[in-house]
Amino acid sequence: MIYLLLIGVPLLVGLLALAVDSDEWRPWLLPLGCTIHASIVAACWRMLPGPAMNGWLRIDELGLLVLSLASAMFLVCSVYCLEYLRLRKERSNRLFTACLSFILASVSLVAVSRHMGLLWIGMEAATLAAAPLVHFNHNERSLEATWKYLMMGSLGIGLALLGTFFLALAAIPFDGRGDPLLLDSLLSRAGTLSLPWLKGAFIFLLVGYGTKMGLAPLHSWKPDAYGESPGVAGAILAGVITACPFLGILRAFQVCAAAGLSAFAQSLLVMMGLLSMATAAAFIIGQRDFKRMLAYSSVEHMGILALGVGLGPAGSFAALLHMINNGLTKGVLFLSAGNIHRAFGGKTMDHAHGALRRAPVSAALFLLGFVAITGSPPFAPFVSEFSILRASVDGHRSGVALGFIGLLAVIFIGMAATVLSVVYGLPPNNDSKPSAQGDSPLMIAAPLAFMGAIVFFGLWLPGWLTTALSNAAKMLNGGAS
Amino acid sequence: MEPFSQLLLAFIVFLSLYLLGSSSLTGCIKIVALQGMCLGALPLTVRAEGFRLRGLFLAAGMFLLKGFVIPRVLLYAIREVKIRREIEPMIGYAPSLLIGAVLIGVSFALAERLPVPAGLRTSLMIPVSLATVMMGMLMMISRIKAITQVIGYLVFENGIYLFGLAIAYEAPWLIEMGVLLDVFVAVFVMGIIINHIARAFDSISTEKLTRLSDY
Repeated sequence: MIYLLLIGVPLLVGLLALAVDSDEWRPWLLPLGCTIHASIVAACWRMLPGPAMNGWLRIDELGLLVLSLASAMFLVCSVYCLEYLRLRKERSNRLFTACLSFILASVSLVAVSRHMGLLWIGMEAATLAAAPLVHFNHNERSLEATWKYLMMGSLGIGLALLGTFFLALAAIPFDGRGDPLLLDSLLSRAGTLSLPWLKGAFIFLLVGYGTKMGLAPLHSWKPDAYGESPGVAGAILAGVITACPFLGILRAFQVCAAAGLSAFAQSLLVMMGLLSMATAAAFIIGQRDFKRMLAYSSVEHMGILALGVGLGPAGSFAALLHMINNGLTKGVLFLSAGNIHRAFGGKTMDHAHGALRRAPVSAALFLLGFVAITGSPPFAPFVSEFSILRASVDGHRSGVALGFIGLLAVIFIGMAATVLSVVYGLPPNNDSKPSAQGDSPLMIAAPLAFMGAIVFFGLWLPGWLTTALSNAAKMLNGGAS
Repeated sequence: MEPFSQLLLAFIVFLSLYLLGSSSLTGCIKIVALQGMCLGALPLTVRAEGFRLRGLFLAAGMFLLKGFVIPRVLLYAIREVKIRREIEPMIGYAPSLLIGAVLIGVSFALAERLPVPAGLRTSLMIPVSLATVMMGMLMMISRIKAITQVIGYLVFENGIYLFGLAIAYEAPWLIEMGVLLDVFVAVFVMGIIINHIARAFDSISTEKLTRLSDY
């Protein structure tokens, strides 16, 4: 029942949004739906609901973390949308509003599903529902971005489906112990799975879902899609939609770990992680477009997530925490970047400088978001990045630790050059836009809320969250689920 | 029924090869529709007990969607474009055909070596599905027109579906329907975007989509 609500409420809100005829009132559906969704998720925290639909749906700590991140980010972003869509009156927001809701429904499906096929369906639905968000600006650049997003995304998701079939093949002969793609049946017969096929399955799922996550070298769609979509869509894409394929990879990892292949899977994850960080570092340096810079930062942090999981239980704990911290911080960065973009009518260093004078609050938030995402205390990403570093040192992986630190330093310098030039200095003289437009109440309140959350988690990690994280990390690395 | 299904599989590979060498856009759409129909009919020829309601239902859905609805969407998408032919692709037709032939050889060699469970070894299905997947990917990356990239995606997807059939994994119908629906929506969205590209650039060549880059 609770699963039906989690998926059904946003789905219904989306359909309602398609039906409502007024551009003015339609966006109000979003905060309404998101509030209901968030309260259902809060109920899940009180007590984890049991399995439903023959064990196809069940929420465990891993899914709950993804679901909560999604629900919280949607709730805040929906408030931002109220004002954002009021500014974009020239365009109907019907599809935008509906698709945002559909994304929440598909993400919920991914988070609660225990069947690898069902998870794939949710993933594909989320991918497709996000396409209209990337295309929202309806210009040639957004068309190009949408096309690349669709083609790369479809290729990736296709490979993930092939990986899912490999997983079923690894479980041959089927012996009537339930569907071979049910996570619980895979885990219960982990010892008898065919290892070559399981390895193949993990590689294909890693590459396929890795494309969706934006792990290098399959990240090429990311700067285009994040750069051309509205800031709020960027926040959802970078914070929420990347968490879903990450969950897909984690599920595959869970099966591998249960079958005794954790060393193999971990080495692949570490390799992909470091490669993504290195690629991001190479492209962040000298990046003049601050939204594209954020996209490369997202590539970097997806790499950190993969790296963390590859470092064993302690690293997995940190990676899961970092998934949340990165999502929230990307919320601050993309929403404030959107405000700055609007205040200057451009998103490169040539158009936008001196943002602190034109849109002071947004610029300050952008600056603080940058400080946070690059891993400075007292913000939450510091805690998780430091824990990943400690996991690599404790595991005697000094090469990994050195690479991690070195790349973080390079990325810090690269981002600093762009961010500081956007934030400080004098605004350009061709003052055509009113300076107030960058800083309007709701559009500041939303990134401020994210900022509050990362300061809070940076200073104090509540007990319930620590318990959930350590349970999830344990189950990921072969513990009972 | 076995020989008939083998014949059908050979025909499916042949259609993929034909697509690699064909330059007419509407022709390509028709060929991929034909391939979809073959794929829809395949489960009925493979299993002796295939004529259950569920099997028939799925085959009919597949047949309709891949054989009629999706091609219709694609034809609609290119309605406004005057050009009906693929211009010279990044990899020419003759080389593509050669690569296609090599890919087929590779898939057979690969299927021979993979630790396929005993019952599936004799079937042509695994090599055919691998070959179809690879040829679809080749089309996706080597073609310039947006529409031929989508056709490549469809071929790729057909290959993956075939793999699912090959391992005789009877996915619950909810999953099969979900996958089919997702593919349909994907092509539908792509069709809309192609339509937008056609209107914005007066062409559906992805060569024009080169503004965004960091190199």
